[in-house]
Amino acid sequence: MAEEKLALPKIQAAGMMKQYMSDYFYELNEAATTKKQKIAWCTSVGPAEILRALGFLVHFPENHGAMLGATRMATDMIPEANAIGYSPDICSYLTADVGAYLKGVTPLSKAYPGIDSVPKPDVLVYNTNQCRDVQDWFMWYGREFKVPVVGIHTHRGVGDVRGEHTASIARQMEALIRPLEEISGKRFDMDEMKHVLALSRECSELWKKVLDTAAAVPSPITFFDGTIHMGPAVVLRGTQRAVDYYKMLLAELEKRIQDKVAAVPGEKFRLYWEGMPVWGRLRDHSMLFSSHQTNVLASTYCNSWIFSDFDPAEPFESMARAYTKLFIVRSDEAKEKYIKDMIAFFKVDGIIYHDAKTCPNNSNCRYGMPQRLEKETGVPSLIINGDLNDLRLISDEQTKTNVEAFIEQLEERK
Amino acid sequence: MGNGDPSIWAGVDVGASRTKVMVIDGERRPVGHAVVKSGTNFTESSDQCLEMALAMAGVTQQAIRRLISTGYGRKNVQRADDTKTEIGCHAKGCFHCFPHPITIIDIGGQDNKVIKVDGEGRRQSFKMNRKCAAGTGAFLEEMAPRLDIPIESMDGLARQSTQMVELGSFCTVFSATEVLEKIRQGKKVPDIVKGLFLSVIKRVLEMDSLTENVVMTGGVVAHNPYLVEMAQELIGRPIWVPPLPQLTGALGAALYAMEGDRR
Repeated sequence: MAEEKLALPKIQAAGMMKQYMSDYFYELNEAATTKKQKIAWCTSVGPAEILRALGFLVHFPENHGAMLGATRMATDMIPEANAIGYSPDICSYLTADVGAYLKGVTPLSKAYPGIDSVPKPDVLVYNTNQCRDVQDWFMWYGREFKVPVVGIHTHRGVGDVRGEHTASIARQMEALIRPLEEISGKRFDMDEMKHVLALSRECSELWKKVLDTAAAVPSPITFFDGTIHMGPAVVLRGTQRAVDYYKMLLAELEKRIQDKVAAVPGEKFRLYWEGMPVWGRLRDHSMLFSSHQTNVLASTYCNSWIFSDFDPAEPFESMARAYTKLFIVRSDEAKEKYIKDMIAFFKVDGIIYHDAKTCPNNSNCRYGMPQRLEKETGVPSLIINGDLNDLRLISDEQTKTNVEAFIEQLEERK
Repeated sequence: MGNGDPSIWAGVDVGASRTKVMVIDGERRPVGHAVVKSGTNFTESSDQCLEMALAMAGVTQQAIRRLISTGYGRKNVQRADDTKTEIGCHAKGCFHCFPHPITIIDIGGQDNKVIKVDGEGRRQSFKMNRKCAAGTGAFLEEMAPRLDIPIESMDGLARQSTQMVELGSFCTVFSATEVLEKIRQGKKVPDIVKGLFLSVIKRVLEMDSLTENVVMTGGVVAHNPYLVEMAQELIGRPIWVPPLPQLTGALGAALYAMEGDRR
């Protein structure tokens, strides 16, 4: 097929990212093996900065879930978790990750020889701003490893983020300090916290600039690139390495803009992706769209690691604000306004909504939002049914027909 | 061109269940058509179907100016000059028959589609069924053996119903269980068949709103005109059906072939 022959320009910085990610996983493995440093497991948009300030190395199970998906191991792991009672309808990051643990396998072993398992935690720290599933997920490991589990319970359906929202979250964050000090054996140092937060903020600003380059015509980056290159923003934010990486990536993309290098050669249509990626189909989807000279160039998902509110001058309040301004915990009105802004900023011709079967929190197409937005903006949309990790929930042929028909529709409108 | 054949344009629609070919002349008139089972070799079935349609048109392969393929097996048609999705082809075929703003309901062997087309023939939106056979031809194909009847007899049986049996399930497999339950309860076959038709209609109508004029196409409609009558009654307004409903996608593909040729 034509899409299999297509050669897309490669992002050179990827080599450096692979090195940084490799260093990160080996460092965690070393700590887990030698017990020289404490390890915390944290949700992807949890209070990682507090953990780093207390000297923890941080493992992110959601990142591991995505790796299980991207390596197409997840579908074989999910039934293991189902067999101990977890429904096939709940988060397939959770079921894949728990299943992999039960089976004693990890994609880390293949990518990083010498790593046999995920690093065992000394504590698990969640924030329910992603969903309630993360709490259940961490509680299960807490029982399994017999280690403490602490967390933050967020507000949901938030319209305007007000003082009372952030105050209550900031209090919950501060309340984590004492138990975490006991586990880490280290006193909390506010200067260290401010240093970590400043690095996180810098990482966030650079990551935003990277993603914003997609506003250029033609776009130098795709959503599918973004899902890979967001790795450091997720697992290394609060470190100098993440900052260094995004400086390099940004420079490369700015050069592409200057040289008019398109991530999708001959870019004819520009689309926005709303929802989770289908991790096991990243390459197929990338090829499917680009073979039709269509660039899915921006997404809410990759933008979820932009925390412009971080402010070292008021660490807890600003973290509370940033982690509550997150798209996923907002009201439909706030979400719609956000997507409208993105449509205008990235100059998109259409929106793809991914209705992920096991992730209702990240599927914004179930209560009429696509129809409302289409009516208001005139920008057409397509809903594809699938899942983040469970490939049994996907019909590739139906996805392909839907996408091709949508692009045909856009061609008719041009 | 060879053999003095008149020029024709062909559309080949390789569906999950049936392969359809439509051949049109320079005046966009259907001059040949055929339907065969898609089977397990899409290339072979499309070749065979094309030969049948060409024979009906009284022309040879050399007469084909351009050929567009569509449907699940569109990439398997070796003779194709290009491919189009079945959504585009149904829209094109239906608008050719009814040049008005229309909402098209296509009930195929594996997929259902609701497509909205404006007064210029441009697609405004479309919906396809999810990864599920509810409301498709596959649903009726699954139910016929449960009732021990040939699928061809369903339309006639549904018309004989005096007390329709409603079925509640969303799912083809669960519906089969429900049908067995109705048999056990002694319900009459015509009443169950009419209930199955209603189930198909309901599954399709819930996919999208019906604006403007409604057109129904597809193999299920072609072989079960009573289903259209029931749908009309349910929505309270007339439904247009193209002259060859099972071949509307193939017609659209042939029209695309002609457009591309003139570009």
